[in-house]
Amino acid sequence: MRTLGPNDIIFIIAAARWTLLLSLAAFVGGAIGGVLVALARTSVFAWLRVVATGYIKLFQGTPLLMQLFLAFFAPGLFGWSVDPWVAAALGLSLNASAFLGEIWRGAIEVVPRGQWEAATSLGLPYWAKMRLIIAPQALRIAIPPTIGFLVQLIKGTSLASIIGFVELTRAAQVINNATFRPFTIFGLVALVYYVICRPLSAYSKRMERKLLIAAR
Amino acid sequence: MSYQFDFADVFAAWPELLQGLINTLVLSALAMAIGLVVSIAGALGKTSGPKWLRWIIDECIELIRNTPFLVQIFVIYFGLPTTGLRLSSNEAALLALVVNVGAYGIEIVRAGIESIHKGQVEAGKSLGMGPLKIFRYIILKPAIQAIYPSLTSQFILLMLNTSVCSAIAATELTAAAGDIQSRTFRSFEVYFVVTCMYLGLSVFFWTAFGTIERTFLRKPTR
Repeated sequence: MRTLGPNDIIFIIAAARWTLLLSLAAFVGGAIGGVLVALARTSVFAWLRVVATGYIKLFQGTPLLMQLFLAFFAPGLFGWSVDPWVAAALGLSLNASAFLGEIWRGAIEVVPRGQWEAATSLGLPYWAKMRLIIAPQALRIAIPPTIGFLVQLIKGTSLASIIGFVELTRAAQVINNATFRPFTIFGLVALVYYVICRPLSAYSKRMERKLLIAAR
Repeated sequence: MSYQFDFADVFAAWPELLQGLINTLVLSALAMAIGLVVSIAGALGKTSGPKWLRWIIDECIELIRNTPFLVQIFVIYFGLPTTGLRLSSNEAALLALVVNVGAYGIEIVRAGIESIHKGQVEAGKSLGMGPLKIFRYIILKPAIQAIYPSLTSQFILLMLNTSVCSAIAATELTAAAGDIQSRTFRSFEVYFVVTCMYLGLSVFFWTAFGTIERTFLRKPTR
């Protein structure tokens, strides 16, 4: 056992870049998947809505940790070996797709029916309607809950440490195993997460309040 | 795909999985029950406490909400013993879950309390209702109607969150899966079966809570 030095603190704080990078990868992957899920959920085809609902329920009804384990072990069935980074990014992206899809479905459905009808009567095809009329209005409503989910996603990346990806939480465990100063180390890690997430939560809350006032 | 599935080892360990499932349910139910008490106390503090108390409650809520559950468990399980408070892994898991339920529950209960307008109580009085009747029909029932959906979905989130407690070897379903996996090396099969079990639990509670809401908490229709 050795003492906790400044290098250890720097090692832990520097590991936050992996937390941020994993969050970014999962958010980008989740945004792409989320758009598809949201469009499927609001589609005119019943079977597409059923498939999308099933996908959402599947991810909202099982623990994120299990999803990460399966993302880690399932590719092995096909003979592909994935490292923890790929597994974590994949698992978190699929998870984020379900949650973002559900959030954005809500935003699309809040846009008044008359907007769809007006766009249809202008002869706009589906994609033009979506892109020019619905999406810009839905986007404004979707921002606060999307940022709120981003906080959940950043916190969720800590579970990647359990499948062996060295991000903030895993780095702290490694240092703790060598120095055994758990209160200081995990307290510091909590503080780093707090510094990242608190401004996002505050922003999300403020935007939500603004929208509420605007809706009055 | 050349992989040979083998679920035999997993199904052979069913008593372990069943025990894990029961432990998960007990842990979730205990955390929810204690968490509700914390939520009600916190909500009362937030609605009618002095300003400094409200500030402390708000900051605690933000602290819990903006840090990962896994790190909170580590602080409680590994960190607290250095300050002299030693908890077993199950106690630490329960404490971490209660703290988490509280951070979300306080806001839910507060919204429920604030959803009852003073005019409602006055209307009840003018109809000649006694204090018990007013409490039951005008305060309690609408408040429960208001918070029931958020509280029940919070319970399901809590139940799914208990899987993280396996990180400190609390004896719940995910930890049971880990044990079986390290013995049989059937990683995919074990986690697939356990994921299905969690999904089964979620579907059961979604259905049960929905049925209870439709049967007992229907809002009057005109």
